[in-house]
Amino acid sequence: MKPANTARSHPTTTRPADPSRRAFLTAGAAIGGGLLLELTLPASAVAAVAGLTPTPGAELNAYIRIAPDGLVTIVSKNPEIGQGIKTMLPMLIAEELDVDWKDVRTMQADNDPARYGRQFAGGSRATPLHWDPLRRVGAAGRQMLVSAAADTWGVPLAECRTAAGSVRHEASGRVLGYGALAAKAATLPVPDLKSVVLKDPRDFRIIGRSQRGVDSPLVVAGEPLFGIDVQVPGMRHAVFVKSPVFGGSVATANLDAIKALPGISHAFVVSGGELFDGLTSGVAIVADSWWTAHKARAKLEVRWNDGPTAAQDSKEFARQAAVLAQQAPALTIYTEGDVQAGLASAARVVEASYSYPFIAHATLEPQNCTASVRDGKAELWAPTQNPDSGAKIVAKLLGLAEPDVTVHLTRCGGGFGRRLMNDYMAEAAWISKQVGSPVKLLWDRADDLRHDFYRPAGFHFFKAGLDRAGKLVAFRDHFVSFGKNGKFASSAGLGATEFPARFVPHLELGASLMPLDAPTGPLRAPGSNALAFAFQSFIDELAHAAGRDPVQFRLDLLGAPRRLANPPGPAGATPDFDTGRMRAVLEAVAERSGWGKRPLPKGSGLGVAFYFSHLGYFAEVVQASVDARGKVRVDKVWVAGDVGSQIINPTGAENQVQGAALDGISAALAQVITIDRGRVTQRNFDDYPLMRIDAAPPVDVHFVLTDNPPTGLGEPALPPVVPALCNAIHAATGQRIRHLPIASLDLRSS
Amino acid sequence: MKYTLRVNGADRSVDVDADTPLLWVLRDALQLKGTKFGCGASLCGACTVHLDGAPVRSCVLPVSRVGSAAVTTIEGIGTSSLGKRVQDAWLDVDVVQCGYCQAGQIMAATALLAATPKPTDADIDRAMSGNLCRCATYNRIRAAIKQAAGMPTTDTRGSSA
Repeated sequence: MKPANTARSHPTTTRPADPSRRAFLTAGAAIGGGLLLELTLPASAVAAVAGLTPTPGAELNAYIRIAPDGLVTIVSKNPEIGQGIKTMLPMLIAEELDVDWKDVRTMQADNDPARYGRQFAGGSRATPLHWDPLRRVGAAGRQMLVSAAADTWGVPLAECRTAAGSVRHEASGRVLGYGALAAKAATLPVPDLKSVVLKDPRDFRIIGRSQRGVDSPLVVAGEPLFGIDVQVPGMRHAVFVKSPVFGGSVATANLDAIKALPGISHAFVVSGGELFDGLTSGVAIVADSWWTAHKARAKLEVRWNDGPTAAQDSKEFARQAAVLAQQAPALTIYTEGDVQAGLASAARVVEASYSYPFIAHATLEPQNCTASVRDGKAELWAPTQNPDSGAKIVAKLLGLAEPDVTVHLTRCGGGFGRRLMNDYMAEAAWISKQVGSPVKLLWDRADDLRHDFYRPAGFHFFKAGLDRAGKLVAFRDHFVSFGKNGKFASSAGLGATEFPARFVPHLELGASLMPLDAPTGPLRAPGSNALAFAFQSFIDELAHAAGRDPVQFRLDLLGAPRRLANPPGPAGATPDFDTGRMRAVLEAVAERSGWGKRPLPKGSGLGVAFYFSHLGYFAEVVQASVDARGKVRVDKVWVAGDVGSQIINPTGAENQVQGAALDGISAALAQVITIDRGRVTQRNFDDYPLMRIDAAPPVDVHFVLTDNPPTGLGEPALPPVVPALCNAIHAATGQRIRHLPIASLDLRSS
Repeated sequence: MKYTLRVNGADRSVDVDADTPLLWVLRDALQLKGTKFGCGASLCGACTVHLDGAPVRSCVLPVSRVGSAAVTTIEGIGTSSLGKRVQDAWLDVDVVQCGYCQAGQIMAATALLAATPKPTDADIDRAMSGNLCRCATYNRIRAAIKQAAGMPTTDTRGSSA
């Protein structure tokens, strides 16, 4: 099916009373026969459904075709990065349409925001955005098929039932398949989406049952699915050598020597611009094979203009942060009560500084893109989480109209936020245009680690006060982060609702910013992945200072079950926080891990933490052991999460949660990106280690189901595992982990 | 240089530089894209193929050193009953997240099971620790290997935990 070319006869539509708020569904006959359903849902309606603030361009459309043979094709509009979206979203439609999952095919859409609304993979947003509207689309389709059958048989609607892709008239025993009904259904009025009847969850046959990834059979057979696998006739291969110093540019390069090498067709300097998420300066080498182009790099000699950013240095940032910590914060994020007075009157004051380093995404598939630019048009095949942004960047760069830039979405070999940026698309398009033929650009691992949009480093200077009863009465964080002109760098921020804000009578969250000329950006659970470590580790310190059990101290801090609404101000877009939901997952994980009830071997300890992000409530316990040589071993992880009333695809959900927990541990144990004289020193998996199978502990995953709309799972299980691990190491050794990565610390027992 | 390679049971002729890693011969000269590039330095295992049944990292193996050895890639592994069993176990256990590393994982797992039909957890750790999974599907990889071996898949590690 190619929706773009699908003609409709007799299209019928529910008329939106107020087009700015109402969803509308269009139905018609599809080319090749059958029923085509097309849903359009404006941004405000999506937001209303998901309980989120509307974001421009957040419309959501869906396309479904029911063919005469009964096969249902559902267009999957969002990029697949391993989060399982291509399986999960169609499940929602198929359930309410009431078809057999085996009769459903999914098809990856190209980038086409006019048709599909925003197509992106980020923020664990797909579940909350689609849970209600996509089921309604399925239910509307089912209702039309039932009407078609009732009409055909001349019987009342109420006497017809559906099951597994067919309509049955109970009294007469007559049955018609959806395929046979599709043409007629296409001529019927479309029901009002608001009034369609959704299934009782107890009747779910697809949702709530584990459905394997739809493309997995192709993956295990080695079929070409990924961006790196794209092959276009007449394609050449390119490498792009960028300045090791961020923002640097090419002064001179031995291009003639490179061009003289066998197999090299082009070598040229690219001036580029200043935006990291675009084309920056470098040398392009184009050859008949990637290996030939890559090998030529060894002979490339470039003199770079490093510019002022060559002075940037990780160590210097840490030194500056310590200096700034002595001054008053430049920005006030949130205040409550009088923190000075609260600290002054506290029975006990605890002070500690925490820091975490820059880290990289290190998607296993290195950044790449294939581009064909000719005759005023650009066609790209890109593993991107954010295709339309890439299309816009390319259009602007090449001076093309946006409709003249076509982006095909490939499967992504990991995303984690890296592919929300599209620098590789700009590079491939530019190089293709210069060369005049299709080009596949592929980075090597060093390119990838040295030209990422890093999870920013951060420095927290905490001071807190406990009263005589061990209750937290005052809390202050001076967060030294990166940014300019009072604005945080990307993913370097701190919000007004950071826990324990709103839970302590006297509290102040303040920040000071250091300028940074290196790219930063979202990495799986952005902000949260670092903040959880600092805040939940320090809260553990406070529990110990208060002489309280770390689980009980947290429960007391959360207090009675209640909903805290958004605080006023710029952070108004954050969702409500339900203390009862957090208490429940904390109690569940304590129970499942045997918290406080099991003797542990010497050198082992349990640590706990909780965190709310991406609308998900997660509490986690880690059991870790530290041997005499200081080597940390993670023995087991327990996760309890509340993401609402329904786990849509249990196998995918468990996989995401296990992966997120292990991802967090992997980063915390050993990962660091070091900026030295303006350049990143790490270059491959030997100096940027990822967790390997021998270090991967079992992860027990438990979902607490609550009467709330289902929310996403790609991210929220990650943040709490880091402090839970660090708190476990403290329990095992008595040593606090205040600075990441853990491997940089000496944990040998004295 | 011209080379004739035995790939997935068929003779394939290529004309490439002698230092070209087998990975790039497979991917770009023979259009077998299932074998993946991840690090170029034998650090991640995404490029794992079999040479006469033994797992090798094709990203650092020059084509000139392949000689007459039989090369098996992910595209060919399913023709052996063991390879098919491993692929099926991968699907049954629903291992895949992004899937980029899984060709290499399956090749490493098949080689492990060919040599050690009933592997222990330690055997799995040893054989598989050269293969990175950035999505960290490690627990399911472990379960899928045990399933392909006809062993119970319950993770008993950390049971004292």
